[in-house]
Amino acid sequence: MDFLTLLQVLDSSLRLATPLLLACLAGLFSERAGIFDIGLEGKILASAFVSAAVAYTTGSVWVGLLAGIGASVMLSAIHGLASITLRGDQIISGVAINFLAAGLTVVVAQAWFGQGGRTPPLQSGGRFEPINFPGAIPSKEMADVGPVMQLYSELLSGHSLLVYVALLTVPLSWFVLYQTRFGLRLRAVGENPAAVDTAGISVVGMRYAAVIICGVLCGIAGAYIATALQANFTKDMSAGRGFIALAALIFAKWRPWYALGACLLFGFFFAVDNRFQNILLPAWSLSGVLLLTALGLVSYVWRKDLLDKIVLGGLGFGVAFVSILIVISVWSAGMSTQIKIPVVFIQSLPYILTVVVLAGFVGKAIPPRSGGVPYVKEK
Amino acid sequence: MDVMPKWADVVLVPLFSLVLAAFLSALLILAIGESPGEALKLMVEGTLLRSAGWGYMLYYTTNFIFTGLAVSIAFHASLFNIGGEGQAMMGGLGVSLVCLFIPWPHWSLAIIGASVGAAVFGMIWAGLPAYLQAKRGSHIVITTIMFNFIAAGVLNFFLVGALKPKGSMDPATANFPASTHLPTFEDMAQLLGFEKMFRSAPANVSFFIALMACVAVWYLIWRSPLGYEIRALGKSGPAARYAGVGSVKIIMITMMISGALCGLMAINTTQGESERLILNFTEGAGFIGIAVALMGRSHPLGVLLAALLFGFLYQGGAELALWTKIPRELIIVIQALVILFTGALTMMVRAPLERLFLMAWRG
Repeated sequence: MDFLTLLQVLDSSLRLATPLLLACLAGLFSERAGIFDIGLEGKILASAFVSAAVAYTTGSVWVGLLAGIGASVMLSAIHGLASITLRGDQIISGVAINFLAAGLTVVVAQAWFGQGGRTPPLQSGGRFEPINFPGAIPSKEMADVGPVMQLYSELLSGHSLLVYVALLTVPLSWFVLYQTRFGLRLRAVGENPAAVDTAGISVVGMRYAAVIICGVLCGIAGAYIATALQANFTKDMSAGRGFIALAALIFAKWRPWYALGACLLFGFFFAVDNRFQNILLPAWSLSGVLLLTALGLVSYVWRKDLLDKIVLGGLGFGVAFVSILIVISVWSAGMSTQIKIPVVFIQSLPYILTVVVLAGFVGKAIPPRSGGVPYVKEK
Repeated sequence: MDVMPKWADVVLVPLFSLVLAAFLSALLILAIGESPGEALKLMVEGTLLRSAGWGYMLYYTTNFIFTGLAVSIAFHASLFNIGGEGQAMMGGLGVSLVCLFIPWPHWSLAIIGASVGAAVFGMIWAGLPAYLQAKRGSHIVITTIMFNFIAAGVLNFFLVGALKPKGSMDPATANFPASTHLPTFEDMAQLLGFEKMFRSAPANVSFFIALMACVAVWYLIWRSPLGYEIRALGKSGPAARYAGVGSVKIIMITMMISGALCGLMAINTTQGESERLILNFTEGAGFIGIAVALMGRSHPLGVLLAALLFGFLYQGGAELALWTKIPRELIIVIQALVILFTGALTMMVRAPLERLFLMAWRG
């Protein structure tokens, strides 16, 4: 793989990581304030539809963006009403919001445009166009210039405005959360709301503020998908990004800069998956890695409870079995035969990594202590 | 809080939620320029007034009973199994392995084998998140969501790879052998001498397995020591521990039963209807289980009634999509509203009812 290909993959990683990053930071604000949000997905979807529909109707992408944010914030308000004011179950509320968005977008899109639940393609002006930095060269001349120019023109320049907005949101979130009084209070509300209440600060107000910020960021994420990444809304176009953002949030242990890293990593997986249909590895390395994983698992559970032995040991044997299957299947051709990594494995990597992190095998992810618990004021 | 008698809490709150959801849906139908009355008439005519309509409705109901029971049994232990979708997918894999690779002499034996296969696969897929919750403290909601996506990947892997017959283009297994095909309601009606009943409707004998599962879950939860322990853990973890209930054991067992029930859904869809394993055969039924369990107040009888309601909505929604401009996704909106009102906004639904009862008490 040459340098330019790498740059192209990184470039597309950045594009694909942007909605994840915005949604991940959205979840960060909400969860740091103690409100679990399974409904990121629904908010992204709602905003994607509304921004595409409004941008198409008005011809202005900015009006579309505002409308998308508005739709997302409305869903946030429902979530806030259910989980803050009415002290309902935050997870159930999030699930409901996901379905509400999945259903309403298609029903309304069908009634509005009559194109089977999609919006018509956006013309220029209705989309966020790529911003070319001064001096950046178009991609067809890319092969003739040096690596620094390639880096500048391919990776840094040529993204839509929202990509840069998303990147700027990271230091901004860090600043708000860790350097301002508001941020301190917001984090405190997620850890120990009673203490915040005692200090005379409204827990309800702080939590609503967090939920609304979450709505705004999800709104930008949705608008980015429909008006920058794509040029119209299609049914279920958020494609699980809200859940991947949730995974990234856990992977990042609820921290802004780590969130950037996690989202870029997950974006990279998608970019690799898009770009390379066949990823080949020599059989010996593949079965070797699997065998080592299996050995690691089995040795880990050696002195543990029976349950650990059954579950993790069983998992270890499963992995060893796959490794042996690989060895058997390539035995006649020799161990250096190239083996194709299944595409679905790359696609599932974000989820698998999240489970591994959640399980606490690689650094423990500890959520905010009062996450998911409605606050009942002492009487 | 006990302003309302228990029956009112159990019956009126879900009913009131349903009325609210129906009202909002009617507004939505009006807003997109159709008539709610016409829509309801179409739904009733296409579902309840034709035997084939019943056949489709009960087919959907069967799925929803399984997933609804699965979610409710987890609710009793204060666990939220949002991974029904993935567990059902793995169940489908179990069913197809059993049906494809074991030569069954008769469907009655095949359905036992397939049930075991489905339950074991669903159980394993729920057991891993359960283990991570019980022993490593990872939040079960997040892990089960992740396992849904991983299950979709696993299913995809097998359906475009090892299990796809050579030369076939669509991601599906080969057709199951004829000896594993389950009798549909049409076959059964013919056996009883009724011709032209349930014509080409997919409902099949697995409906009766779903009914049996209702009874079994009722017995387990309210009549067995294990059910008592599950409920004790759900009400209060520390109290249960004090009473000698091991939380690790109960979380594992509850989730594995829950996963097995979700897996069993696949005998209806895979062995009963499509007679081969296809991608996306779950069609979101794992998530509808959440609405069904909430609506049915986690009681098997309630789950049965709620599953019938959602079966009606699904079949009715298909009728609507066929005859009007209202897309099928309207049903997802109704489902979302039901989840919202029965699960998240219960305080809002309950408050006016409580006020009503207070007024009635005072005379």
